[in-house]
Amino acid sequence: MWVQSPALAGPRGPRAKAKPSLTRRREAIACVLFIAPAVFGFLAFAVVPLCASAGLSLTDYDLARWPRWVGLDNYRTLLSDPLWWQAVRVTFTYAAIAVPLWLVNSLALALVLNQNLRGIPIFRTVYYLPATLSGVAVAMLWIWLLNYRAGLVNGALGLIGIKGPNWLGDKRWALFSIIVMSQWSIGWYLPIWLGALQGVPSELYEAVSIDGGGLWARLRHVTLPMLSPLILYNLVMNVIWATQIFTEALLMTGGGPQWATLTYMLYLYRNAFSYSKLGLASAMAWLLFGFILVLTVIVFRSSPLWVYYESERRRA
Amino acid sequence: MAPAPSLRARWRGLDSLKRGLSYMVLLAGSILFLFPLYWQISTSLKTSQQTMLYPPLWFPWPPQFGNYPALLDRFPMLLYFRNSAFISSSVIVGTLLSSSLAAYGFSRLRMPGRDLIFMALLSTLMLPGAVLIIPQFVIFQRLHWTNTYRPLIVPSFFGSAFSIFLLRQFFATIPLELEDAARLDGAGYLRTYAQVMLPLVRPALIAVALYSFVGTWNDFFGPLIYLSDRERYTVAVALRYLQGSARTRPEHHLLMAASVLAIIPCLVIFLFAQRYFIQGTVITGVKG
Repeated sequence: MWVQSPALAGPRGPRAKAKPSLTRRREAIACVLFIAPAVFGFLAFAVVPLCASAGLSLTDYDLARWPRWVGLDNYRTLLSDPLWWQAVRVTFTYAAIAVPLWLVNSLALALVLNQNLRGIPIFRTVYYLPATLSGVAVAMLWIWLLNYRAGLVNGALGLIGIKGPNWLGDKRWALFSIIVMSQWSIGWYLPIWLGALQGVPSELYEAVSIDGGGLWARLRHVTLPMLSPLILYNLVMNVIWATQIFTEALLMTGGGPQWATLTYMLYLYRNAFSYSKLGLASAMAWLLFGFILVLTVIVFRSSPLWVYYESERRRA
Repeated sequence: MAPAPSLRARWRGLDSLKRGLSYMVLLAGSILFLFPLYWQISTSLKTSQQTMLYPPLWFPWPPQFGNYPALLDRFPMLLYFRNSAFISSSVIVGTLLSSSLAAYGFSRLRMPGRDLIFMALLSTLMLPGAVLIIPQFVIFQRLHWTNTYRPLIVPSFFGSAFSIFLLRQFFATIPLELEDAARLDGAGYLRTYAQVMLPLVRPALIAVALYSFVGTWNDFFGPLIYLSDRERYTVAVALRYLQGSARTRPEHHLLMAASVLAIIPCLVIFLFAQRYFIQGTVITGVKG
């Protein structure tokens, strides 16, 4: 977040005139009162659960009996559980394919839409629309589209003489199908990319044109560097979301066939709410959290290598 | 300057080629993006036999509008709609109230350590929900709140990091002079917030309300783990239940009719309030 928003620094900086301390104190008290509900929510629904789940991950707990201390047993169990590794593999594959596709497809679409063409607002609406629909209804729709015998996808493939596979029922295609389906909502990023594209100074493009550069040179030397902070930010957030995929796996495939779509969250959900292994599920959650933390740190540490910040240009 | 016109003509030729290509790509993509929705609606207007035809029936004729009354007859969709609407509207009220209060405090009232608290709050956006769900479930279970709407509604009255962030960004764009004028007229903090600031950030409030609505309406995990009585189901959970029953019989037309009904509120809201969504996305860059 800090990459993107200078406004985070606070709008209030320069107005620090000398004021009587009584007003100061009244303002501070008012501030406490205004933010109190949110701070309570932060403590009650984030900080306390976060600590509690760390504690629970070291216990054997099934809601009925008091948690029993087991030390690191849950973590050991997971690391030697082939299904846990399968869930890791599935989620990793999903993130590694779906996230780059989201970013590349949505950016390419934004570049096409960022032209001065007639009818562009209509196209923007069309591409943005599916992004606001999500959840169960969309999963139902795609189950039907991907239906082996009567689905639209195989119907369309049949028109050009290809016999489509059993998308959700074949373990080679099931995860792939869910990845393709996820691309339906790339429109979400359009406003973000388009906003950023409008902010690229046109003299930079002119400079490339004068040097004889074409479309590719403009993209490579102007657009991508200028957007790189935003790309970094979207990359991190998307990887986090990708690790959360649940609804599609539960409804469309139930994790099958042969665990081919057993996502991390689905396995966690089953451990917690089907098998009442709340301690084990908490350990799963913390392993995921640890992974996300490490990944975020790596991405941000490596960012000076490939992210270009406007302020550096000014300083140079 | 002989070569100039020819160069320009070549440019123009290239330009119109680019335009034509762009339109073709955009049109093909639009068809690809809209066809699933068309298929959903058209399936909901077919007979049960027609849904299973191969090659598929591209246009249902005559359209079976009777599928919708038949669905409502067999399945209490209206009840589920009422449940979802109740939860969503409560969440909207809670989020608007708590988040706008906090956003005003974080953007306009000075206090030592304020920005630190804000950053901590904001960092929860990066937390995977998984680390919070289980203890939250245990807490709500201990309070005997499971199988009620309280676990789904009450947290919204204690702020959401995303909404606070969005509103704070908006508050930051409002000139301080407006507020100072109100202050000089003797208005207290609460009145300044309610009568001066809130009306000025109306677009952001609308965006927050819309995001809360869509998020709550589409939410599946929460209702799935907290609600067990079938009469309390939300539309999302009910759809899943309907899917379970459709598996035994080929009732894809009814399932699609139900899913059309389920997406209509979001569809309508999006078509009428698109600009608020887009504004919100641009300001925060965060998926709601």
